[in-house]
Amino acid sequence: MRRAIITVVGHDAVGIIARVCTYLADHKINILDISQTIVNGYFNMMMITDVSGAEDSFVELSQGLEKLGEEIGVAIKIWREEIFDSMHRI
Amino acid sequence: MGDIMINMREVFETNEMIEKENLDVRTITLGISLLDCMDSSLDGLCERIQDKICKKAENLVRVGEEIEAEFGIPIVNKRLSVTPIGLIGSAACRREEDFVRVAKVMDQAAKEVGVNFIGGYSALVSKGQTPKEELLIRSIPEALAGTERVMSSVNVGSTKTGINMDAVRLMGDIILEASRKTADRDSLACTKLVTLCNAPDDNPFMAGAFHGVTEADAVINVGVSGPGVVKTALEKVRGENFEILCKTIKDTACKVTRVGQLVASEASKRLGIPFGIVDLSLAPTPAVGDSVADILHEIGVEYAGAPGTTAALALLNDQVKKGGAMAANVVGGLSGAFIPVSEDQGMIDSVEAGALTIEKLEAMTSVCSVGLDMIAVPGDTKAETIAGILADEMAIGMINQKTTAVRIIPVAGKGVGEHAEFGGLLGHAPIMPVNGFGCDGFVNRAGRIPSPIHSFRN
Repeated sequence: MRRAIITVVGHDAVGIIARVCTYLADHKINILDISQTIVNGYFNMMMITDVSGAEDSFVELSQGLEKLGEEIGVAIKIWREEIFDSMHRI
Repeated sequence: MGDIMINMREVFETNEMIEKENLDVRTITLGISLLDCMDSSLDGLCERIQDKICKKAENLVRVGEEIEAEFGIPIVNKRLSVTPIGLIGSAACRREEDFVRVAKVMDQAAKEVGVNFIGGYSALVSKGQTPKEELLIRSIPEALAGTERVMSSVNVGSTKTGINMDAVRLMGDIILEASRKTADRDSLACTKLVTLCNAPDDNPFMAGAFHGVTEADAVINVGVSGPGVVKTALEKVRGENFEILCKTIKDTACKVTRVGQLVASEASKRLGIPFGIVDLSLAPTPAVGDSVADILHEIGVEYAGAPGTTAALALLNDQVKKGGAMAANVVGGLSGAFIPVSEDQGMIDSVEAGALTIEKLEAMTSVCSVGLDMIAVPGDTKAETIAGILADEMAIGMINQKTTAVRIIPVAGKGVGEHAEFGGLLGHAPIMPVNGFGCDGFVNRAGRIPSPIHSFRN
């Protein structure tokens, strides 16, 4: 398994989760966990995913999600899990 | 992969640090040894240097960009450092122009592999210089004026050797000549020239980066940054005691450094080049919110330069090292808080408010990571005065067994009250007044200042 974290931040709107999940399904990315909350009208979502089945490179996925985010009006980033492990786990 | 699954608070903390607080890895610097390029023919030397740099560094920028994309962390600069050219060119270069030709080869190679700077147009002359090293030093103004990406450094002293005052005096002239040669660009060449004491062999930061002769054939060194992250963390502990203040800096420095170590390890693995060190530095940029002076302000001084500033900087520098030391596999380079003027908006504001003088900066350099950095002074400053400023700074380094440096820019044709504009990461600077009293009798003495008594540790 190769885990990646996806973060989505922006103004709340109808269908954000649906659009992101559709993209992930189309790109063979499996969702392991979703946490989501609204803070002051801002939509905050974190997904833990498994990208080992994805055919696209990480860079391509990153660009694709960024573009999708622009369409929906939110900021989407995909991160290798190791950056969080490094920063927050000793 | 972590055993405990990462939580949302931690993920968004990292996200905020990068998106809003300018957390980045300031540089991945690939050090390349040019010792095996030495040749008695100038053509042969240039060809070998070109080949070696282009071969060793061919994947550096691509790998850096991949790591940026995968880990979401900006890597602002990808750079090179090479063995000091004062050594490498010693057999082939017979005239200043020969050294300048080597600088142009370095510039071209750096351009081909896509890095923004290449360090190592350098001479290590802390006790004395060979005729060829002197030739290299004399060629620096022309080399820097005629290239875009080349960075130059001269190590003129160390705790072990004392201070080479002949070289210090010469650097006073060289800095002024570099200033005049780039008079049309606010003396830009001087921003690419640093005079050092106790220069480290593994520094990833410019302008002082070179690949020391003690190093392996190639090595990856990484410099972290993150003044904005530290400042934001400190905003949450306003008015708290020193214990909490220090712990907050340490915790933050630890997190920042862990990211640097991750990037360093990944870059080393992907490039197949050994990891050297992580440089635990708070390196500011002219961007708002990326300022070391703002941290000092948050600690409690009205402006950088106010009474208390040296103490505040001392604790900041020390906590950064303490927090970073556990987070990195190997620490090296300059490690600490940088206090350049032109590259830090908070420092610029402090100068403009009248709070910060060169003399106060000099005091601050005794507790910061390096020295007098990116300071613009009037273009008509005398060479002897510049040499005197260099000597003072070198003495602080020599006696305190620390790295010190001077990157001073006498801005040709401009005086106090005017501004110099260097562009990009180099920033802009108000021109600061210099103490005009003479020191000619001191700097014009020949020879060297002997090493201090506490260097005899054998």
